[in-house]
Amino acid sequence: MPDPTVTVVPGGWALAAAGLLGLLAVAAAALDGFLTARAAGSASSGWSHPYGEAARLMRQRRRTTAAADRLLWRTGGAGLLLMALMIITVVPLGRWTLFDLDVGVVWFNAMDVLAWAFVWLTGWGGNSTHSLVGGYRFLAHGLAYELPLMFALVAPAVGASSLNLGAIAAAQQGLWFVVWMPVAFLVYCLGVLAIAVWGPFSPALGADVAGGVTAELSGVDRLLFKGGRYALLAAGAGFAVPAFLGGGAGPLLPAWAWMLIKTLALLAVFVWLRRRLPAARPDVFMEVGWVVLLPAVLLQDLIVAVIATGRG
Amino acid sequence: MLTHVVFWALAVIAVLAGAAVFIVDSMARASYALAVSFVAVGLQVLLMQQNYVGVVTILMMVMEMAVMAVYMVMFMGMNPALMPMSMVHDNRHALAVSIGVFVLLAAGVLLVPWPTRRGGPPVDVTAALGEELMGPKMLVMTGVGAVMAATIVAGVVLAAHRSRYDRFGDDLRRRPADDPQPGGVGR
Repeated sequence: MPDPTVTVVPGGWALAAAGLLGLLAVAAAALDGFLTARAAGSASSGWSHPYGEAARLMRQRRRTTAAADRLLWRTGGAGLLLMALMIITVVPLGRWTLFDLDVGVVWFNAMDVLAWAFVWLTGWGGNSTHSLVGGYRFLAHGLAYELPLMFALVAPAVGASSLNLGAIAAAQQGLWFVVWMPVAFLVYCLGVLAIAVWGPFSPALGADVAGGVTAELSGVDRLLFKGGRYALLAAGAGFAVPAFLGGGAGPLLPAWAWMLIKTLALLAVFVWLRRRLPAARPDVFMEVGWVVLLPAVLLQDLIVAVIATGRG
Repeated sequence: MLTHVVFWALAVIAVLAGAAVFIVDSMARASYALAVSFVAVGLQVLLMQQNYVGVVTILMMVMEMAVMAVYMVMFMGMNPALMPMSMVHDNRHALAVSIGVFVLLAAGVLLVPWPTRRGGPPVDVTAALGEELMGPKMLVMTGVGAVMAATIVAGVVLAAHRSRYDRFGDDLRRRPADDPQPGGVGR
């Protein structure tokens, strides 16, 4: 059942939501620029890095490759941004939502699966060996992270007895889901890093395969792909707030402000993790996903289901 | 009105994308043309207010096509999958079969006496659909699900050419296991 505490705003607000997602993505890129500059010990602070990079890529001439499948290549490159935009349509910002879908959690799942298509298509389209190798590295990661991610999404839905995000956020008054579903939350965060091809899941873009999926991407296509990754991190952080972090719950400030603060905090952690976690080799991570993550998250679901049944 | 227009537009997209599967000359395009066709059908199901079924259709089909891309390289070898290739073969028989099936289904659509609507749609159409499909057979279906999963696992175990003796040695004491592809947890 759609939750009565959530108001559906007119469709025109979608532009504002997209703008907000853009701001979050730019903030993530700026933070990453700062962290990169600090790690490299460079003279500039790095905060303005995304603007310079965007300006450079927008002026860059497109690289062409022989017998490229342009349609699929461009579709894949622009797809990540599209996924992020579709994800945030079901995420309520405090009281307001664009699309009060009764199966919001499944919607997120359907959108995150699109990464399989878009990242691989980007690798395929350029008709280049290195980028295709990158695409298959991503699919190998996908085979390991996707099922644990799906079962991690089951936990909040079972805990709240609803697939609607507004209802899930409302069910966390008093105790946030992250407190009694920590495993599901961690696996979910890992899944978000994976769909954004970020941190431990960046071997698909590895320097050892000349940039992997992005090897032949240039100009606006590269900008869209890179921007799409930051947007996915932001959308994933935004979705985690109503799903695990109590939604807009918090003292003093209004719900929408808490929503943004929590999203920004989680987004900053995601960006920071890039330098803190080792790369997960796709072949090695496969066993971690199936032997460690999947049983752990299934056990988490069992515990959540028993508690939810016990509470009636 | 708008819903009708969108529904028919999606129907046309689904059919055209389905036809494209056989016209294009690349495995990737064929796979994702099929995915587009299924996504259009999923959106149609969404228009019929079957939200869960519609979204799950999109989810499953996109993932299925990506898995097909994995199989393309695993089982087909690099060459046929990565080069331009025709998506049709045995044209004459295929044409005969597909025309036959089309005529059969179209005749069914036209000849079946469709019932007229009695009463209004229920509040939760997804639950009503599940009830209608499964109803009293729910327990059997749940049992069949477990049996199917067990069958898949058993099938993979029987098909795998390496047994635990190959991995752990004749006395099953070798650690770590001798695997052609070492895994991340060192079993």
